[in-house]
Amino acid sequence: MISLNWVKDYIDLEGLDLKELAVKVTKAGINVEKVITNHIDNLVIGEVLECVAHPDSDHLHVCKVNLGDRVTQIVCGATNVRAGIKVIVAVPGAILPGNFEIKKSTIRGVESSGMICALFELGLEEKTEENYNKGIHELDASAPVGTDPLAYLGLDDTLYELDVHKHRNNDCYYHIGFAYEIASILNKKVTLPASDFKEIEDNINNHFSLKVETEKCPYYLAKMVTDIEIKESPEFIKKRLIAAGMRPINNVVDISNYVMLEYGQPMHFFDAHKLGDKIVVRDALESEQITTLDEKMRTLKSSDIVITDGVKPVCIAGVMGGLNTDVDANTKTILIESAIFDATSIRYTASHLNLRSEASIRYGKGLNYEYTKSAMDRACHLLEKYANAQILSGMVMHDKIDKTPKTVEFKADDVNKLLGITISTSDMEIELDRLDFKYTLDGDTFKVTIPNRRLDIDPNVNDIAEEIGRLYGYHNLVSTLPRISLRRGEYIGDVKYRKLLSKRLRTLGLNECKTYTLTSPDMAKLFKYDEKKNVVLPNPMSVDKSVLRTSIIPSLINIYDYNKARKVNDVLLYEISKVYDIDYNEETKVSILMKGNYLANNWQNNVIKVDFYLIKGIVENILDYLGFKNRYTFEVQEISDMHPGMSAAILLDREQIGIVGRVHPSFKKDDIFVAELSLTKLQDKQIKAIKYKEASKYPEISKDLAFVVKKNVTAGEIMSQIKRSGGRLLTNIDVFDIYTGENVLEDEKSIAYSLTFSDPTRTLQEDEVNTVFHKIIEEVEKKCNARLRDK
Amino acid sequence: MKEKVNSIQNEIEQELNKVTDLKELNDIRTRYLGKKGPIAELSSSLASLSIEEKKEFGAILNNLKTSVNSKIDSIKNKLEMEELNKKLESEKIDISLPATKIPVGAPNILERVVEEIEELLMSMGYDVVDGPEIEEDKFNFEMLNIPKGHPARDAQDTFYIEDEKILLRSQTSPVQARTMLKGEGKTPIRMICPGKTYRRDDDDATHSHQFMQIEGLLVDKDISLSDLKGTFDVIAKKLFGEDCKTRFRPSYYQFTEPSVETDISCFACKGTGCSLCKNTGWITVSGAGMVHPNVLRNCGYDPEVWSGFAFGFGAERLAMLKYGINDIRAFYQTDLREVNTFDRKDVD
Repeated sequence: MISLNWVKDYIDLEGLDLKELAVKVTKAGINVEKVITNHIDNLVIGEVLECVAHPDSDHLHVCKVNLGDRVTQIVCGATNVRAGIKVIVAVPGAILPGNFEIKKSTIRGVESSGMICALFELGLEEKTEENYNKGIHELDASAPVGTDPLAYLGLDDTLYELDVHKHRNNDCYYHIGFAYEIASILNKKVTLPASDFKEIEDNINNHFSLKVETEKCPYYLAKMVTDIEIKESPEFIKKRLIAAGMRPINNVVDISNYVMLEYGQPMHFFDAHKLGDKIVVRDALESEQITTLDEKMRTLKSSDIVITDGVKPVCIAGVMGGLNTDVDANTKTILIESAIFDATSIRYTASHLNLRSEASIRYGKGLNYEYTKSAMDRACHLLEKYANAQILSGMVMHDKIDKTPKTVEFKADDVNKLLGITISTSDMEIELDRLDFKYTLDGDTFKVTIPNRRLDIDPNVNDIAEEIGRLYGYHNLVSTLPRISLRRGEYIGDVKYRKLLSKRLRTLGLNECKTYTLTSPDMAKLFKYDEKKNVVLPNPMSVDKSVLRTSIIPSLINIYDYNKARKVNDVLLYEISKVYDIDYNEETKVSILMKGNYLANNWQNNVIKVDFYLIKGIVENILDYLGFKNRYTFEVQEISDMHPGMSAAILLDREQIGIVGRVHPSFKKDDIFVAELSLTKLQDKQIKAIKYKEASKYPEISKDLAFVVKKNVTAGEIMSQIKRSGGRLLTNIDVFDIYTGENVLEDEKSIAYSLTFSDPTRTLQEDEVNTVFHKIIEEVEKKCNARLRDK
Repeated sequence: MKEKVNSIQNEIEQELNKVTDLKELNDIRTRYLGKKGPIAELSSSLASLSIEEKKEFGAILNNLKTSVNSKIDSIKNKLEMEELNKKLESEKIDISLPATKIPVGAPNILERVVEEIEELLMSMGYDVVDGPEIEEDKFNFEMLNIPKGHPARDAQDTFYIEDEKILLRSQTSPVQARTMLKGEGKTPIRMICPGKTYRRDDDDATHSHQFMQIEGLLVDKDISLSDLKGTFDVIAKKLFGEDCKTRFRPSYYQFTEPSVETDISCFACKGTGCSLCKNTGWITVSGAGMVHPNVLRNCGYDPEVWSGFAFGFGAERLAMLKYGINDIRAFYQTDLREVNTFDRKDVD
């Protein structure tokens, strides 16, 4: 929260519309989320000229109030209203908090043109019994009648609530930093606040020695003040702290916070007497303990930084002070610490102690070393002024901070090229002046020194271009397209394969899913047909998202359950996703789930229900589509969590590439069918180019036959034998009937095949077909232990 | 003879007038025109006549045959037509009964948005590439100008698999680094890399621990922020209509400099202010910027020679805006009652 009243201390904003300014600030990159103002129209300072009792009331008064340009009559019920005081008057037209509009009215027969207000009625104080009893607010005798009372009280502030991107949440979260930002937008100059003070003869070095034993504290300054008088802060400090969301405590604590909000530099005040005569900054010892200001015992890690008195910790650096050296009502002498600590370390400490404070957040973002000293001086100035402090001369210092200025050399044209604009060298000078960046110009080459307060700017031309660009205004950019040679882009590698297959599966009626990679240990255990081990997250957010899946099937079963619960019975799904094993090997899989009707017309009782053969058909369809016709087989295989009698491994060129079958009824009693294939394996295989094959011009000869076999003989085995025996002339085989029952023994079944014979080059003779046909019968009977039916 | 012919003709006509079905008609044909019928009888009696009489009565008989035949044929046609009409009438169906449901698959909604952008950007010369979801810290962060300990890492709340080494990628940007490394500092790059990303977020209506980014990268010579603006204009118009306006706002990302947030004019209120755009008239749809020189350098491209831009969309956000979806979980639960809406072409 930035107070614009406060910013006015450093930059002239007289006569500016602060809402318009907020829009400008936002356009330039600092997002002003909200402009909060407490201005109320039709409030004036009035002077009560006369105050008499209301003729028809025992507590109301009738007052004549001078509003400067007129005298008006107001009925007032406050006990403290009396002639001679100056008050806040809301005249008709004023709208007070709660949408309470002041109107001219008649109160018990007496005309009243306005209201004399208490602060709580203006929303400037809480509405407590105590505040209510205080009655109306009495202004100083010097308050100018007829003017705006909120302005007179310094309460007519405008606040900006900022939503700042990470890189600027350093300099835009303190008022001087923000003033520079506004200055560059408005092309104005910033004036820094007074920080002068007198020093007494006594020197801090007579009292304290400093030793820094850690690399994580490159800069440490301390100054000593004495004879302080602890009391309430002056009004303006209190008001500004409240506006910034901080609670005023006493002048000393308030001043350290106030300066932090000015310069962004947090400071710590020690009670110098409690501290002793030594300051040693070092890494904390593992498990070292300290009781912090909030009276909690904290256990430290060796990565934390502590301030010690040479023996025990007195402060967790950058995070919170120790109770053992706190400033209390009796404190007379203070040691002011202003330092820079390693930002990463502070962030880590604040996080493991769960102790995020205004100070630790600022340390964690990094600080401008120039302000480390300025802030300390400003604190001395304010302590001298508002706590009657005597400031000891000298300071103790540890200075290992890198002060090398960040410089960058570039030409105006380098910036133009990056932004696609045209700024001349002389315009660039104007822009750099606005930014308050120091530079030299040699020919057309700028050498810019980046101010330390802008920690976000790196010395390269892109960073300068960003600064120029946002002041230039991105809305002023012209849209162009890259001037580059054009060719059509394409799907590269895996992506193309995935897209093709995805489209095919959609055509086949399956709906595409996207599910979560992270799953629960229970789900991850299912369908482990490829025996992959799972990656388990060391720090998951929750158990149900703690393991990386190796199979997509369980996720699709979840989707099935979700839809079933919503009375969707026909569920046809697929997902293509990457999975990873414990060695981070990547595999792209396609998973299919089918349940219910594939095709249906219910009133005609015409339904194709999903079963093993349907999903097998889908699998064959996609394998054929991908160019693998006649290269795959299905082999009976027991697969975990699949129905033992209805599942198969899918083999391509004898390598297993996936599985298909029904989900085990003990896991899901519904007849859900699933398949999963490895796209990675498929994609690695070569396929042949498409070639035209002319259909035979000569007539085909069809012959049917049926074999009776034992039940454990598969149709596939017989089919393979038929193929082998049939040779070149046999061009197609299909099963057209499976029969058990009459004329077939209990442990037998009959399978009927329809065979097609043809030759692309000539008309076949009945005789030669019969020869092949009989050879088929003979060999199948012998090799498959079958007999021809109806022989 | 003449009388006989006349009486046969009358007789036949009377019979034919009574005919109602094809069988009767056939009977009549056999009865009168058959070998033993009256006309055949008369024909055979011609033998006993003189040549003149033969000629005269032969012609009369032929005329009779022809006229009877044509009469029968016409009645046959008529009867057949009636029969067919009757059959067709009996075959009449209720075409209002429900159709057979043809199985059709819908794309995932996110995929639909992704493919729309892919199509557009491929036409602008961008390849669509892919990268691993288990990623090295090096590619996900370090090469992208986010060194270890950098606060930008905190914000991304990454799922680490091995501390500070292996992670579930928190952004698709590592594909930028990988693509540039492949280009070896020599090849211009134009690519997009849509894909899954992961961050430690609790799932609710607006957050998802798994989400999709659509990220694009262009590296070439003399590329400017204005080129990015032009490119973004084309994408925004394609996605949200020709009257869509765009604007850039300054922003910050570690791997781009300058960085911008890209807004489109609110399509719901056409910029006048509504709840969708929080009364600003604008909706933020992506982050973008000029590739940071450090990133170019880390990935083998000399920033003195090369420049480029990168942009990133959240697929979920785009889909939510485009189709009016309020809950991000809708993309991941595949409610078939909802997704079937998406099995169709959209307006052009």
